[in-house]
Amino acid sequence: MTDTPRTTPLPADPAPAARPVPVRITAVRTRGGLSLRLDARAALVCAALLLAALGVSVVLIGTGDFRIAPLDVLRTLTGHGTPAEEFVVRDLRLPRVAVGLLVGAALGMAGAAFQSVSRNPLGSPDVIGFGQGSAAGALVVIVLFKGTAYQVAAGSVAGGLLTGLAVYLLAWKRGVHGYRLVLVGIGASAVLSAVNSYLLVKADYVDAARAVVWLTGSLDGRDWDQVWPLLGACAVLMPLLLWQGPALRLTEMGDDTARGLGVPVERVRLTAVLAAVLLTASATAAAGPVAFIALTAPQLARRLSRSPGVGLLPSALMGAALLVTADWAAQRAFGSGQVPVGVATGVLGGGYLLWLLVTERRAGRI
Amino acid sequence: MTRRNDKSTPSQGRTGQQRLTAESVTLAYDRRTVAEDLSVAIPDRSFTVIVGPNACGKSTLLRALSRLLKPAQGRVLLDGQAIGSLPARTVARNLGLLPQSSTAPDGITVAGLVARGRYPHQGLLRQWSAEDERIVEESMTATGVAALADRHVDELSGGQRQRVWIAMALAQQTPLLLLDEPTTYLDIQHQIDVLDLCADLHEQGRTLVAVLHDLNQAARYATHLIAMRDGRIEAEGRPGEILTAALVERVFGVSCRIIEDPESGTPLVIPAARRPSGGTADRGPGDGRSGEGQDGDAHDGDGQDGDSATAASGAAGRPAGSPAP
Repeated sequence: MTDTPRTTPLPADPAPAARPVPVRITAVRTRGGLSLRLDARAALVCAALLLAALGVSVVLIGTGDFRIAPLDVLRTLTGHGTPAEEFVVRDLRLPRVAVGLLVGAALGMAGAAFQSVSRNPLGSPDVIGFGQGSAAGALVVIVLFKGTAYQVAAGSVAGGLLTGLAVYLLAWKRGVHGYRLVLVGIGASAVLSAVNSYLLVKADYVDAARAVVWLTGSLDGRDWDQVWPLLGACAVLMPLLLWQGPALRLTEMGDDTARGLGVPVERVRLTAVLAAVLLTASATAAAGPVAFIALTAPQLARRLSRSPGVGLLPSALMGAALLVTADWAAQRAFGSGQVPVGVATGVLGGGYLLWLLVTERRAGRI
Repeated sequence: MTRRNDKSTPSQGRTGQQRLTAESVTLAYDRRTVAEDLSVAIPDRSFTVIVGPNACGKSTLLRALSRLLKPAQGRVLLDGQAIGSLPARTVARNLGLLPQSSTAPDGITVAGLVARGRYPHQGLLRQWSAEDERIVEESMTATGVAALADRHVDELSGGQRQRVWIAMALAQQTPLLLLDEPTTYLDIQHQIDVLDLCADLHEQGRTLVAVLHDLNQAARYATHLIAMRDGRIEAEGRPGEILTAALVERVFGVSCRIIEDPESGTPLVIPAARRPSGGTADRGPGDGRSGEGQDGDAHDGDGQDGDSATAASGAAGRPAGSPAP
């Protein structure tokens, strides 16, 4: 809020009006009166991220004990591979990579939605407790009921939803506000992590080992059974969020301003939070609480596209690219899928978080 | 610039003299009642200014008129229809708002921010029409920020930033424009600058409603003045007709003289001096009173009051001149 030295002529001076700068907002328009806004740089960033995500996916499919060259992967994907390649690609690695892409995209978009609602780059689901909530749900199923993989997934969705609901209600006071949401979420996160530790201590050795692997977030052994529900959730929730996107962006200017512009603020925010909680829960159910993607992807995408505020679509694409890259790094760095992807994203995200805190502090924002 | 989007205008359009009215509204935050049974009508094409001491409910009234606050009882009517029952976008195409505080997103440009004012006119398949572009350019020109179109909002001065926010509200193209303390936090030059801009917008045919703190500025710019105290309207009308020493004493608890503003011919309020010899105060020496008088006019304290949406002000700011505990 510091005033910069005045560089323009005095207000009474007609000079500013005399040489207007054209409005640099581009759009595609049809004769019928339709128009679609198009930010060239953001579109370019999206295309590049999509290419990167798909490119790394192809490399990732070829990575492992049974190596396949990227061109052969493409050949196999189009149905011209050897039977062995067909089996490895179609049944083993493609679903794993597909889960990775979807989880990354879901977490990236959910993170963008939360950061937009909380108007805070720290307001991502893993910081404000939804990750811990999902984990608690899954741990309860693993430790107390020794449930199957599906029941664990259901438990994590339920845990995430309940946490989301609790945080939203606790943070409610004539509307949900950014700092309250983050602070209440951090509180909930602390409580839940204590619950999770207790459950782990209480568990026997086998359950505890299973729980720890789940808690790290891993793509090992994911098959088509995990892909379809996640794809379904993404197919419904992502368009819903994108549809709410423009209104959500306006709420970042403050509730009064947004309402003055005709945005039904509470409805938009509730829709966004619900959709983001469901996306996070679905992703967590499929891969466990993969750390930091939701936190980092929106901010990295924003810096690349230089757009004001976080963008939902660039964040989703960035999340997908980040997750498959992290999975590839985890496999290459430590060999043959021994290290869960969550470890790689944790290292990546932890470093990012430190960098964010340092730069934000330098900028005087925290 | 004053053209209305006809599709969005509720039926009674221009028949009434007052498109925006409040009918015996009770205004409250949670349990705390700010105003009871308050009725007000904003004359069409007026520049209405609401004045009053801290915590008198003037910002609250503006919030109710702009449907940010739902009245506990009574109704706010826009063209005869309850404002709360109208679709948010319909209201936003008729009534623009400049709230006390807004946050510019990091890294947004002036043009990008002003363009957001087009939101109520846009849709899924009509995101940025040639008309949107033209109106945004016009709004920036009208507020004198066109040359700054590519600059980042966070590198502008406070006065420039306020102009940009006004440009955003202008881009909404509403016949009614409500401004909540548009001059708070600005230095005197920018205050006058913003008020001149408001006067221009009024002359172009818009109805403006603003909450202001400076009585003399209010008297100079308003065509319709509303003086409030303790949630009631003490007087309303043309400043030249209603602004008397007695009214200022009653509303603000400040003894003063009213002279003619040599510049504009409007009433000019001269608060009584601290020492009895310095003025012609019609009542006692008033040691304490002059301190309170400053309180009533001081911009710093008022800004804080407004910032917390007047919610906290019940405790903090007793109206000046009320009996000390």
